[in-house]
Amino acid sequence: MSSVLYDTPGPRAKARNLIVSVVFAVALAAGVWWLVSALGDKGHLEWAKWKPFTESSSWTVYLLPGLGNTLKAAALSMIIALPLGAVFGIARLSDHAWVRIPAGTVVEFFRAIPVLILMVFANELYSGSVEPDVRPLYAVVTGLVLYNASVLAEIVRAGILSLPSGQAEAGRAIGLRKSQTMRFILLPQAVTAMLPAIVSQLVVIVKDTALGGAMIGFTELLRSRGTMSAFYGNTIPSFIVVAVIFVVLNLILTTFASWLEKWLRSRKKSSGAVLGAAAIEDAKTVGAKANTDGGAR
Amino acid sequence: MFDFLQDYDLLGAFWVTVKLTLLSGAGSLVLGTVLAAMRVSPVPLMRGFATAYVNIVRNIPLTVIIVFTSLGLADTFRLTLGGEGVKEVAFRMAVLGLSTYTAAFVCESVRSGINTVPVGQAEAARALGLNFTQVLTLIVLPQAFRTVIGPLANVLIALTKNTTVAAAIGVGEASLLMKEMVENEAQLVLITAVFALGFVILTLPTGLLLGWLGKRLAVKR
Repeated sequence: MSSVLYDTPGPRAKARNLIVSVVFAVALAAGVWWLVSALGDKGHLEWAKWKPFTESSSWTVYLLPGLGNTLKAAALSMIIALPLGAVFGIARLSDHAWVRIPAGTVVEFFRAIPVLILMVFANELYSGSVEPDVRPLYAVVTGLVLYNASVLAEIVRAGILSLPSGQAEAGRAIGLRKSQTMRFILLPQAVTAMLPAIVSQLVVIVKDTALGGAMIGFTELLRSRGTMSAFYGNTIPSFIVVAVIFVVLNLILTTFASWLEKWLRSRKKSSGAVLGAAAIEDAKTVGAKANTDGGAR
Repeated sequence: MFDFLQDYDLLGAFWVTVKLTLLSGAGSLVLGTVLAAMRVSPVPLMRGFATAYVNIVRNIPLTVIIVFTSLGLADTFRLTLGGEGVKEVAFRMAVLGLSTYTAAFVCESVRSGINTVPVGQAEAARALGLNFTQVLTLIVLPQAFRTVIGPLANVLIALTKNTTVAAAIGVGEASLLMKEMVENEAQLVLITAVFALGFVILTLPTGLLLGWLGKRLAVKR
């Protein structure tokens, strides 16, 4: 195997790689052994602390409702943020400065501040008007919508800009208005191109719901873990289980996103413009417009 | 209207945010670069380890990691990282958690930077008779570093915003002070605007400066 850094290994390189492999394997094994013995010393490997996870009640009472709330908040945020993001993304591409500049300012503002600030703001905003039992959900969803709508706005903008300029020109040539070109030609193609980036953004949303659990009392997975370990006294095992749930959930989403990206790229019937997960990273650079304009890297 | 702001240590809270950002930034840069070196190494076991680290760590919410450092490492394992007193330990735990999490993103940025260097560049260098160290230091890394500035700036901006998560374990940074203030004072919008402005002031120059630098140094291909 040849890469930028390494030529295909010869006999000497092969021998050296073998030695490095063995040393690294020994170091890794020592690390794992140290970790396991540290866990064992404190009694975290005792069956009593893991047993709750084999019983249905710990799942039905604590973990599944928590996971349900995590997914509910993530889904609601995505559903509300998508149309908002589309509106702001298109507004940023407007020919009129009085539409383009305010939309750009709003998007850049909400992208520059932490989600937690928005959640705390929303939580306090709703303190008088919303029922206390649904208030954390409302606050979490509001915070996530404000932040992610502005990220999605950038994805929408990048999606439309990623289309070949011939598409808009063809639309104009057959006499469509600007709004018609956007609705019938650009947007449908851009939405397909954006799908992988949107699914990747879901991972970010799912992870950020945990913030609501820790800071404003939203009973999602992380908070249910707290209630559960207070009952069973299994801090470390419950953290490991919750982490595994998050990793599996997010890996499913990431795998789906990259499969979607590959599938869209391989389709014959498209303009070939696809925005992968990396598009989110590109869109993140505050004030660096050239990153998405014309797709020049 | 702004009088009540003087009752709170705004600058102190933002200073903690800056300290968290700089310390975790340095920590994650070191750890992330080591991981990136492993990810592109010719040793399959190291590649596997670094890949597993990245895929696991970046799929766990930062909040879970930070809360774990406090409840798991500090409370259960009595790890103090040399800090004395609850506040100091929480701060060090937050730096540890933020570094662990951000390292995964630094690793991916550095790796993608190395991968943008065309294989032909290294092949040409080898054809000229340069050895491994020379290929690395004269040809590949100078090009990779330039490409990596932009993505690393994004990671640094995200890290600045992520330091707010440290509030979950009681580190007295900006968002924790904001939570306290909005609960005690009536000017909700004003307080939010002040804190939002604080973060814009912290993140915007980073983005503009590093974005400009990245574009200026970019390798034209």
